[in-house]
Amino acid sequence: MFQDIGELMVLFWRTVRSLPLVWRQRRKVADQLFEIGNASLLMACILSLFIGGVVTLQVGPIMAERGLGNYIGRMVGIAMSKELGPVMMAILIAGRIGSAMAAEIGSMQVYQEIDALRTMNIDPVHYLVLPRLVAIAVALPILVLFSILVGWTGGALVAVFNQQIGISSATYFGDLQGYVEFTDLANGLFKGLVFAIVIGIISCHQGFQTIGGPRGIGRSVTKAVVNSIVMILLLDYLITRSLMLLD
Amino acid sequence: MPEGRGVAVNVRDLRRKLGGREVLRGLSFSVKPGEIFVVMGPSGSGKSVLLKHLIGLERPDAGDIELNGRSLSEPDTLKSVRVAMVFQSGALLNSLSVAENVGLYLTEHRLRPRAEIRRIVSEKLDLLGLAGEEKRFPSELSGGMKKRVAIARALVIEPELILYDEPTSELDPLMAAVISEQIVQLRERIGVTSIVVSHDRGLAFSIADRMGLLHQGEFLIVGTPDEVRACSDSMAQKFLNA
Repeated sequence: MFQDIGELMVLFWRTVRSLPLVWRQRRKVADQLFEIGNASLLMACILSLFIGGVVTLQVGPIMAERGLGNYIGRMVGIAMSKELGPVMMAILIAGRIGSAMAAEIGSMQVYQEIDALRTMNIDPVHYLVLPRLVAIAVALPILVLFSILVGWTGGALVAVFNQQIGISSATYFGDLQGYVEFTDLANGLFKGLVFAIVIGIISCHQGFQTIGGPRGIGRSVTKAVVNSIVMILLLDYLITRSLMLLD
Repeated sequence: MPEGRGVAVNVRDLRRKLGGREVLRGLSFSVKPGEIFVVMGPSGSGKSVLLKHLIGLERPDAGDIELNGRSLSEPDTLKSVRVAMVFQSGALLNSLSVAENVGLYLTEHRLRPRAEIRRIVSEKLDLLGLAGEEKRFPSELSGGMKKRVAIARALVIEPELILYDEPTSELDPLMAAVISEQIVQLRERIGVTSIVVSHDRGLAFSIADRMGLLHQGEFLIVGTPDEVRACSDSMAQKFLNA
């Protein structure tokens, strides 16, 4: 385990050091960005709409019953910005994109494509990890922002149309706008960025670790997704705690 | 042997253990510039592991490899010598087209303008009978074509040392003959040093200047094809006459 952590840190450091080369890899970054957007946007939209809606559905009637219906906007606003948006998007991306990264690099490892790169003096970190990490680090915060906005809308739809809550959209968004600050959004975007780096590095590292044939690739994909999700949840707690201390 | 830009390879007492088993047991041999040296032996005798050591993909537990007198353990040795390897599977990047695979080295190191890279790629593909295949992907190629694309990719590097891992495995006899011809022609044209790992006796005896017969991580004999044929070692005879 400690060896894995050490290797992850080294891989991250080597990727950071190769950042000046990112312009040369811009085509691959663009391809990866398209891949991430194409694979995740619709899913992110559905997921966020329903999460915002379900949170409102669960808590809204209780709040309305106690005369707190006018405060549902801030509750959904904060929950989506600080927690649900970044965490749910990170889990979605770990499942869809992290798994693809581990499978692709794992397959290249198994079929000696990475050895071939090394024999041509092409650093696999520059060629494979850098574009993927940059793309996911750009895409995930954007997806988080998108998720937050769609989640708020989902909450609004339930708050307006559910008879047990029945508040106007002006009341919902007025409360949300009055309470949620830019720092709350920044908080979510920061989490998104950290989770993106974690998913990218864990998935690429797991790909490089692949041994054996198709079964080895399958094992790497599973480990990449599981390890990413565990780290996302662990880091979510630690970041939340740290940011609370800063508030 | 033609004058050219081949490098001298000197391997001294190379040892390597993998999974508790000693795969290389003190191998020593040398290859002269421009020579075709074939390492022959049955499966599992350590041939591919030896190649990986020669190109720096594996590090030995003991012993040393020198290219033109410089130890491979020195960090810049591999950068000072242009080495190419043709993998057994071809190891073409599946996400790239044939042309992109062949031009990868030049593109990634930005050694030539794009138009010139296209010209060089076409020239190499032409040389290997692959003209017009530029836009196809590795998944659309036969085993023999993949091998030839891999050789074209190696040629683009303009290597001083070229390593072939089982270049004729999984090929029909006709294609195997084409590949062996390419290996010899390449040496004749640019004087590259070639180390070929194979268990194909036909290929080995037809192209080798010298050869080594590897068995359980040790050379049973190193010499010219005639010397190897005349070797009295029972294990060597068993392999040669099987």
